[in-house]
Amino acid sequence: MKKIFAYPRALSPKRTHYCPGCTHGIIHRLVAEAIDDLGIQERTIGIAPVGCAVLAYEYFDVDFLEAAHGRAPAVATGVKRVHPEAIVFSYQGDGDLASIGMAEIIHAATRGENITVIFVNNTVYGMTGGQMAPTTLPGQKTTTSPYGRDTATVGYPIRVCELLATLDGPAYLERVSVHDPQHIIKAGRAIRKAFALQVAGKGFSLVEVLSSCPTNWGMTPTQALRHIKEVLVPYYPLGVFRAPEEVSGDDA
Amino acid sequence: MERVMMKGNEALAEGAIRAGCRFFFGYPITPQNEIPEYMARRMPEVGGVFLQAESEVSAINMVYGAGGAGGRVLTSSSSPGISLKQEGISYLVGAQVPCVIVNVARGGPGLGGLTPSQSDYFQATKGGGHGDYRLLVYAPGNAQEMVDLIGLAFDKAEAYRNPVMILTDAIMGQMMEPVVLPPLREVSPDKPWATTGKKGRSKPNLINSLGIVGEDLERINVELQAKFARMAADEVRYEADGVEDADLVVVAYGTSSRVVRSAISRLRQEKKKVGLLRPVTLWPFPQQILAELAAAGKRFLVVEMSAGQMVEDVILSVNDRAKVTFFGKLNGTVPTVKEVYDRIMSLLPEGGEE
Ligand SMILES: Cc1ncc(C[n+]2csc(CCOP(=O)(O)OP(=O)(O)O)c2C)c(N)n1
Ligand code: SF4
Ligand SMILES: [Mg+2]
Repeated sequence: MKKIFAYPRALSPKRTHYCPGCTHGIIHRLVAEAIDDLGIQERTIGIAPVGCAVLAYEYFDVDFLEAAHGRAPAVATGVKRVHPEAIVFSYQGDGDLASIGMAEIIHAATRGENITVIFVNNTVYGMTGGQMAPTTLPGQKTTTSPYGRDTATVGYPIRVCELLATLDGPAYLERVSVHDPQHIIKAGRAIRKAFALQVAGKGFSLVEVLSSCPTNWGMTPTQALRHIKEVLVPYYPLGVFRAPEEVSGDDA
Repeated sequence: MERVMMKGNEALAEGAIRAGCRFFFGYPITPQNEIPEYMARRMPEVGGVFLQAESEVSAINMVYGAGGAGGRVLTSSSSPGISLKQEGISYLVGAQVPCVIVNVARGGPGLGGLTPSQSDYFQATKGGGHGDYRLLVYAPGNAQEMVDLIGLAFDKAEAYRNPVMILTDAIMGQMMEPVVLPPLREVSPDKPWATTGKKGRSKPNLINSLGIVGEDLERINVELQAKFARMAADEVRYEADGVEDADLVVVAYGTSSRVVRSAISRLRQEKKKVGLLRPVTLWPFPQQILAELAAAGKRFLVVEMSAGQMVEDVILSVNDRAKVTFFGKLNGTVPTVKEVYDRIMSLLPEGGEE
């Protein structure tokens, strides 16, 4: 009998610590599937962030380094320069990447560092209990914006893909979502493509994934998915912000 | 073995290359720029990587990645930049990643000045970043030691899987001296613990300092402390010059030890009984020899280009058995031979001649 659905090899069969309805787990799976598809498990090295995904190294069956908060792109750079033939990816939250680690991500991108970044945007600091993030939407209530994000005093959210698209360095930038099966399939394709580009030596690739945090949004899992669709996607438009001409969506 | 004239900073950089260092990450800051500039020229010649990072914070985290991946990796900076690296250094220790960090120190606090200083001793030897940890800290006393100690530093960093620091200053970095260079070594990054990609290994390798469960963190710390105890027992290095028959032992490292040496050689010509104890490792500190000299009735003068940092370790070592006097320079200048000579004279007992 042909097996048509199985646990990805690059994922360890463990129960995760993520909250019910959190989409970090789905994104892990998509990354593992891309690694399996491309046959790169034995040469892949991951960098875990400080954030809810800090234990990512527990779930992937590949070599891993746990980085300081925000510094994963610098750590990935160090690893990649020692092992250029390895496939190196960082997995980072929005506080990690777009606040404390902004310098590291911009400079890794502008160097065209041949790494892949999985950027999980859930518009809050999940791990520390739901504080305001650089991506928190105008008016959004968090524990440190209890009256809603007031743009007059704390400014506006950062759109990372659009920001990085001003640079010549990146090879591929795409924003995806995982709020329903069609979007999960699309997100999987984008992640696979990002890794494939690295395998082909095309340079810096980043996939931003709009992700849920039902716990800190104060929502049920289904409400949280609807919130992504109805509130996040209009503010953070999905799509490709830098397309690599050389590698098409199909063979990549 | 080739003998060449080199600036201290360049001798250190070439010494690193000879010792198999093939990765350098840094950010410009005076007075250490000769090191990254030398590396930018030299690394491509030996198939290595020089990368100018966007900040010292990024540089030390690149070091964490490269060292975790098994590479022989160096970063250098000067005092304010070393302050920025402290979180990264703490992570390097916690995750047991070998690397070498050079501090060509300048005066502080704050932006301070560009002049040579020894006011980063506390930061180098007492932790610097968060957590209970130690670095092996070498203080070269001449250009040859810049070469020799950086080679040793790489070997020790890998042997202990711990960062090693070279603490030096602008004078040592700028001074031209003849050095003998060792042959070029190649060291493979394929270490059994390194993140190289699994390459058929059954279990993935992990570079990590997280101990989220209390017992995990205790286990990590017990392991680290055992390692620091081994370092303390086995790695002490110092130079003792004429201390046995001395009445007064002057303790100084790096640049100030050179001034002290000149003052002492004049005093010896005048038949004064003065010796030099020069710590080569600032951590572990040469406590034992100081305790023995104190028990033998010696008195001590500590000379530093700071308000008095190493002097605290000397006082701890002699533990009330001897009198310890301090002479320091605060203004980013180097003590003159005359100043040190006069200070020593004022401390010598009447009729201190042989
Ligand atoms: C230097 C430093 N500052 C702050 C923290 C505390 N901290 C841990 S996780 C985190 C934010 C994580 O948010 P995000 O990156 O969005 O990831 P998420 O948990 O939402 O997936 C912060 C501020 C830390 N560990 N280190
Ligand atoms: S706090 Fe939010 S991001 Fe973190 S695991 Fe829970 S739901 Fe997911
Ligand atoms: Mg977040």
